[in-house]
Amino acid sequence: MLPPATVPDAVTTSCGFLLVLSIAVPVAGVLLAFVLGDRWVRLVAFTIIPIVLAIVAATVLVLPQSKGPLVYLLGAWTPPLGVALRADGLSAVMLAATAVVISAVSVFAVADFRPTAAEPRAPFAFWILLLAIWGALNTIFVGGDLFTLYVALELLTFAAVPLVSLDGRPETLQAALRYLLFALLGSVLYLLGAALLYGRYGTLDIVLLSSRIGAEPASLVAAALMTSGLLAKTALFPLHLWLPPAHAGAPAAASAILSGLVVKGSFFIIVRLWFQVMPGLLGFAATQLLAALGAAAIVFGSVLALRQERLKLLIAYSTLAQIGYLFLMFPLALDASGYLESGEALAGGLLQAASHATAKAAMFMAAGSIYAGLGHDRITGLHGVARVLPLSVLAFAVAGIALMGVQPSGASLAKDLLLQVATETGQWWWAVVLQAGGIFTAAYVVLVLAHALASSDKSVTLIGPASRPRDIAALILALCSLLLGLVPWEPFLPVPYDSTSSLFGPGTLFKLLLPVLGGVVLAILLSPWPHPLASSARWKVATRVLDPFRRISLAFGSLVERGNSVLCEWPAASISLLVLALLFGALMLVAT
Amino acid sequence: MSIATVFEIVLAAVVLGLGIWTIVVRETFSATVGFVAYGLLVALIWVRLDAVDVALTEAAIGGGLGGVLLLGAAARLRDADVMAAETPGKVVRASAAALSVLTTAALAGAVLLLPDPAPTLAPAAVANAWATGLSNSVTNVLMAFRAMDTMLEKVVLLLAIIGVWSLAPDSAWGGRPGPRHQADPDGVLAFLARLLPPVGIVVGIYILWTGADHPGGAFQGGAILASMWLLTIIAGLADTPPVSRRWLRFILVAGPCLFLVVGLVGLLFGAAFLSYPPALAKPLILGIEVAMILTIAATLGLLLAGAPERSAKP
Repeated sequence: MLPPATVPDAVTTSCGFLLVLSIAVPVAGVLLAFVLGDRWVRLVAFTIIPIVLAIVAATVLVLPQSKGPLVYLLGAWTPPLGVALRADGLSAVMLAATAVVISAVSVFAVADFRPTAAEPRAPFAFWILLLAIWGALNTIFVGGDLFTLYVALELLTFAAVPLVSLDGRPETLQAALRYLLFALLGSVLYLLGAALLYGRYGTLDIVLLSSRIGAEPASLVAAALMTSGLLAKTALFPLHLWLPPAHAGAPAAASAILSGLVVKGSFFIIVRLWFQVMPGLLGFAATQLLAALGAAAIVFGSVLALRQERLKLLIAYSTLAQIGYLFLMFPLALDASGYLESGEALAGGLLQAASHATAKAAMFMAAGSIYAGLGHDRITGLHGVARVLPLSVLAFAVAGIALMGVQPSGASLAKDLLLQVATETGQWWWAVVLQAGGIFTAAYVVLVLAHALASSDKSVTLIGPASRPRDIAALILALCSLLLGLVPWEPFLPVPYDSTSSLFGPGTLFKLLLPVLGGVVLAILLSPWPHPLASSARWKVATRVLDPFRRISLAFGSLVERGNSVLCEWPAASISLLVLALLFGALMLVAT
Repeated sequence: MSIATVFEIVLAAVVLGLGIWTIVVRETFSATVGFVAYGLLVALIWVRLDAVDVALTEAAIGGGLGGVLLLGAAARLRDADVMAAETPGKVVRASAAALSVLTTAALAGAVLLLPDPAPTLAPAAVANAWATGLSNSVTNVLMAFRAMDTMLEKVVLLLAIIGVWSLAPDSAWGGRPGPRHQADPDGVLAFLARLLPPVGIVVGIYILWTGADHPGGAFQGGAILASMWLLTIIAGLADTPPVSRRWLRFILVAGPCLFLVVGLVGLLFGAAFLSYPPALAKPLILGIEVAMILTIAATLGLLLAGAPERSAKP
């Protein structure tokens, strides 16, 4: 037996009860809504949401005043026997982002999921699952114990999967089943790793474990299994077979939650594992592999997004690319002694996660409004939609601009931080990928906007009424993402003061023009669909110059598509999962 | 070599063989039967490892209810055996096998290299048993030291129910889950469904009660109660209740609800969230467990019954 260990922070801090409430109140909402049933579900949700919002706001305000993280010991038992909840700056950022997105989505969903007598099934499930996802995510953000995080992951999975098949079409059922099976595979791998860690170190408390862990067979195998399991749940390339059908098939409000928030849950646990539990184990090669998978995700996701016919699928593939972006921080955070440093690179990665959460949710909401208005979401059929649904298109545009990294968006600040570290550490190749990621994002945003803003010779008729509150919810969320760079981050994340300084310099113009111009070129080259200006005379001149390039690019695109369809089959995806687990294990073994 | 060692070696070999057979065999039905047998034998291994609590759960879920669920699914799939049609090629299968063997080898290596005796919190759990007055350490961990995890796991069960129910067609929402079973009223199934439940209910309650000091507890007891309920449903002696019934909803949340209320009372008036005052710990925990056994029995039964598919009116 190991000597009785003392945990450095084994006391409940004065406002620690807020952490309990951030979990207990949504859970209470789930139970209450389930008992009261169909007619009351939405009312319960709208009572609980402001309360949890206030709890999260209080947590975020209290945290900078307390020295160190907020801690709560559940049942007054100290770890390792008991379980602690802890909230640090990372938790605060994600708690706040989640609260904002959930609130906006709930406003958006008011009309869609009205508990009527005719069809009470979908509203019943939606509102309960929304609260459950919130409780699960809060548990993930403040959980201080690897097994508690496992339970939270299970909560998240079981709340997220039914959202996929809410409208009951057969293909969404298939997507939900695919998601469930792959996510459970990920859970099992995570649990296996956690059991190994307990067997070796006798605790699953994050703080205790981080002081005991060393480079040993048990910890390396555990790390490899847990990482690959969590990557499967996060849908990092090549483990993404479940994501596009699930995220594109769900109702718009559910897609916003799934794409904006749910994948961030498992991502956050990866961050906790690597930056806090075992920062010294990953090593150079494994971080490069993680980021290389991220780079591949950016290329695959973006190229496939440009080849989609439907707007929701385009956004789903864009999520695939943006998930890849989140993993670029790992090699940049590695310091000279092979230790993952919680510095600017981590801040950049987390900021990117928060920006993507808000922007992507706004995009799905805007797409949902457009779908509800037009009755379809074919991208080539969007001509003239900006005239009839101006607010929806504006929300989409603002979210897209925020996502491609134009100042003062959170994505821009994140990119600045990561680029700066890439220069400092001399890893120029990741700087290239970072810039390319922004250009790719711009490409599919420009593509959609070009079609939406193009004039239409026929008048566009709406099949449903445009709903102003829904569009405003999406727009506010998009603006949040665009203004994230102006938030004072210092109390929560290591962001230097001067990073937001030159808002209106020539650098800003360059940062705007590079992705937009690059994006236009990529959109023309890679999108196989007819361009909105294709019939104009000037365009015909341009085509003659561009045509050979375009043919090569389209061939590349179809190659990517074919590769993707192989990777998205069960055998290939399962084999990739095993290969990744073994690769991570081997690379870490070599590094230590 | 003692008889016990021989028994262990035989057991390990049979479990491994059954595991391989379950993967290799082509028919869904045979694979299911293999898997159920595998679950029961794994329970025996847990007994040999002195983890009787785990063994009871494994037998109840892996062998019992999980088996019923899988057999039901296999029966529905029998008409369209899709698995056989989509067999991947030889190369894929060989590489999958090779990778699985490598992963297993790494895992086995890591397990074999674990320190012996393993670092454990068991002595700490025993030393702190005074706080609850219960002497079964597993129950103490589940209900006191890691009570939060247990409560959230019960919410996971509830979400599973919501997930299954959300598969219902809109027209059947609020109705009765699963088909109405018809069995020969004088047949052996109906006979068993009359004979076994009284015994099963007593056993289930006993397992809950003894869980305070010996292996057992709400989950294992709940699984037994659920299987008794299912038996009467399959024999046609009882029908599944409509999912819109308020009493049913109450039972399904009773466990986590009481847990949460006790927790919040602890937060407001006691030492912490989910802490029990030592004098009241035992009655409080038993109270929560009684609520939990009802919740677990109802949840497991309804998970097996499936989505609502018949209107509530007979």
